Amino acid sequence: MMPDLGKYAVEVMSAYAVSLMLLALLVWVSVARGRRARSALLQAEQEVHGDG
Amino acid sequence: MSLWEYANPVKFLRLSERVLPVLWAGAGICVVGGLLWGFFATPDDYRQGSTVKIIFLHVPSALMAINAWFMMLVASLIWLVRRHHVSALAARAAAPVGAVMTVIALATGAIWGQPMWGTWWAWDPRLTAFLILFLFYLGYIALWEAIEDPDTAADLTSVLCLVGSVFAVLSRYAVQFWNQGLHQGTSVPVATGERTVSDVFFVPLVICMLGFGLLFLALVLYRTGTEIRLRRTRALLARGARSA
Repeated sequence: MMPDLGKYAVEVMSAYAVSLMLLALLVWVSVARGRRARSALLQAEQEVHGDG
Repeated sequence: MSLWEYANPVKFLRLSERVLPVLWAGAGICVVGGLLWGFFATPDDYRQGSTVKIIFLHVPSALMAINAWFMMLVASLIWLVRRHHVSALAARAAAPVGAVMTVIALATGAIWGQPMWGTWWAWDPRLTAFLILFLFYLGYIALWEAIEDPDTAADLTSVLCLVGSVFAVLSRYAVQFWNQGLHQGTSVPVATGERTVSDVFFVPLVICMLGFGLLFLALVLYRTGTEIRLRRTRALLARGARSA
């Protein structure tokens, strides 16, 4: 199943590993920050409405 | 219906809520599908061996690194001319995405360059322009963080974006401007259509390029929504503090 990468296996695998790790990190950080922002807004709206 | 309607944050959020699932799904399918195809189902190149598989990461990320800056340029111009907050926030949201794409392009380029050129790095026009573009991304992100007043930050970062556009153009056309250095010309010239990539690599490459483009769009829409919510939260808290 795994293709034979020959003498460049380390280069190819490390390029894929670095790139996929960075992309995953970018998506994870963006989604986590988005969720925090949603809950912070909800809380702020409740506080403002609560104050009347 | 006008495009400017989406300068309204509520309308923008409503639209992005509808569009985002499609964009995430499209990006996932194209990125995963394109990379799997490229990695497992393409042959070695007769000169470059298996390192040719790096093309499926390097070219799409480099493409998005440059196009992200152009998207920021358009959004910055809209902010400077029409003062729509959503456009300034969209530019801010795109910067980290563009910076990561630039890092991926630089890293995969270095990893690819070592066995092919015999060096990780050369002060080649295209590589140098890309490194400067990355520094502009860092400067742009730092400037947003450094200035407290959001409108002033949007003004100054927009000006920085205009200046940095020179290097975004240079990153794209450096090979044509200075006919020297190690980096080859573009593999898929849109203007002439005379591509240097064989069909067996071209189809998965296009799928990866489409996937990176959709991923960029999804991330920018999602992150712009986050910026809008954070701005709204700050406004609510400030209003609450004033009335207390």
